[in-house]
Amino acid sequence: MSARGDSLILLGLVLLFWQGLYFVVGDIALAPPLATVGHAYELLASADFWPNVASSFRALGIAVLIEVFAGLVLGVLFGLNRLLGEVVEPVLVTFYSIPKIVFYPIVLMFCGIGLLSVVVFAVMHGILPILLFTMTAVRSIRPVFLRTARAMRLDFWQMLWSIALPATIPEVFTGLRIGFAGTMLGVLLSEMFGSKNGLGFMLMNAIGLNQVNLIMSLTLLLVSFAALVNLGLLHVDRRLHRR
Amino acid sequence: MKAATKIRLVSIVLGCAALEAACRAGLIGRFTMVPPSRMLTSIAQILWSGRINDEIAATLSGVVIAAVSASLAGFLLGATLHAWPRARAAIDPFLATYYAIPIYVLYPMFLVLFGMNRIPIVVIGFMFAVVAMMTSTLNGLDRVPRALLKTALVLRMGWVSTVFRIVLPAASPYVLGGVKLATAYAFVGVLGAEFILSNSGLGYQIGLAFNNFDNPTMYGLILFVVFVVGSVNTALFAWERSLLRRQTR
Repeated sequence: MSARGDSLILLGLVLLFWQGLYFVVGDIALAPPLATVGHAYELLASADFWPNVASSFRALGIAVLIEVFAGLVLGVLFGLNRLLGEVVEPVLVTFYSIPKIVFYPIVLMFCGIGLLSVVVFAVMHGILPILLFTMTAVRSIRPVFLRTARAMRLDFWQMLWSIALPATIPEVFTGLRIGFAGTMLGVLLSEMFGSKNGLGFMLMNAIGLNQVNLIMSLTLLLVSFAALVNLGLLHVDRRLHRR
Repeated sequence: MKAATKIRLVSIVLGCAALEAACRAGLIGRFTMVPPSRMLTSIAQILWSGRINDEIAATLSGVVIAAVSASLAGFLLGATLHAWPRARAAIDPFLATYYAIPIYVLYPMFLVLFGMNRIPIVVIGFMFAVVAMMTSTLNGLDRVPRALLKTALVLRMGWVSTVFRIVLPAASPYVLGGVKLATAYAFVGVLGAEFILSNSGLGYQIGLAFNNFDNPTMYGLILFVVFVVGSVNTALFAWERSLLRRQTR
């Protein structure tokens, strides 16, 4: 409990630092914490905010559905098939470590401006953690489970559903948590350049018009949302790992 | 050569050949993608002409400054937190949430604070990298075997020699794993920031070529970035593995 109190003190220090920075650099670059919260509140009440939220969340939802399904299926496939796993792993790891943003123009060339390119770019960010965590977890399933599955002649989908998933749920969930963060980044980045709506588009517009208050309040809302979702997922994640 | 490596190489070559064929046959339009061979000749010409040498130097020096400063700061911060459990417990939720935050959203603020130059770009690279180094350092220090620390006590080693002869060597694979992550993250931060909004660097040049519909240049540059980042990461990965192997021997 005292750790939580300490965390709150730390959060207070961050806010103090922010306020102090505001006193130093002034209005052109920063808005103070309280005013930013006020602006964020106004933003939440304004009419043109929610359509953008809806459009970002639609892209986010579609991307998460696609990457969870594809990441799980491919992860189990590569995990069960040793040779296939060895063939693809270095390629996937290299791709994972390359900044995806350099591929953004290619995505835009192939998919055009709009929902499709946002979803594709978001999936590129989010699918690899899910796939890699699933693959590693499936490889470490106790062999006796797999032999049992073979003795019972389960097909791939039965294997996935009744052996691979239950045995690897904690690791898969960790992959999902990390993947979700990547997906959100992907949605925002691609909305900044290749979309006419969404929160990323709003942010880019605010940058173009140098609306400091809007930049700061949007940033505050996005960071708070990402942090809250992650803390929630982290809570589930730790419970799963403790089982 | 292992079978998996052979299959991988053959599939990559076949994939490139198929892409080349699809581009040449017009299945993929000229304005969508240029053939892989054209990407290669394009980047060769660009490199030979030397017209992007300054941009390459800007990006690489940005990555080096960000990665080195983040590694040093991350190591010091990690070591401090490890020695101070109360602060570590307080900061733990922040560390666990850090990479869930789209760090680029802070970039506009840094642009306003520091101006349109290399500083905000390096700061973003640093911010991407530093927390990975901190968590790796904490992880490495946590994993120093108890038996080794007790041995140090038994031998009555002072704290300086305990740190340099016991703790650091035992934690080194994890600490260097942190350096590897910090480098990869610094690339992500620097290239991303350059692409989003800047006036120099490889990321900026890719964006510029894209806006000018200059596909050969754009694809050539993308190929170059993939090659550079891929080989740096692969080298660091191999180094880390050799260190880990030495330790388990």
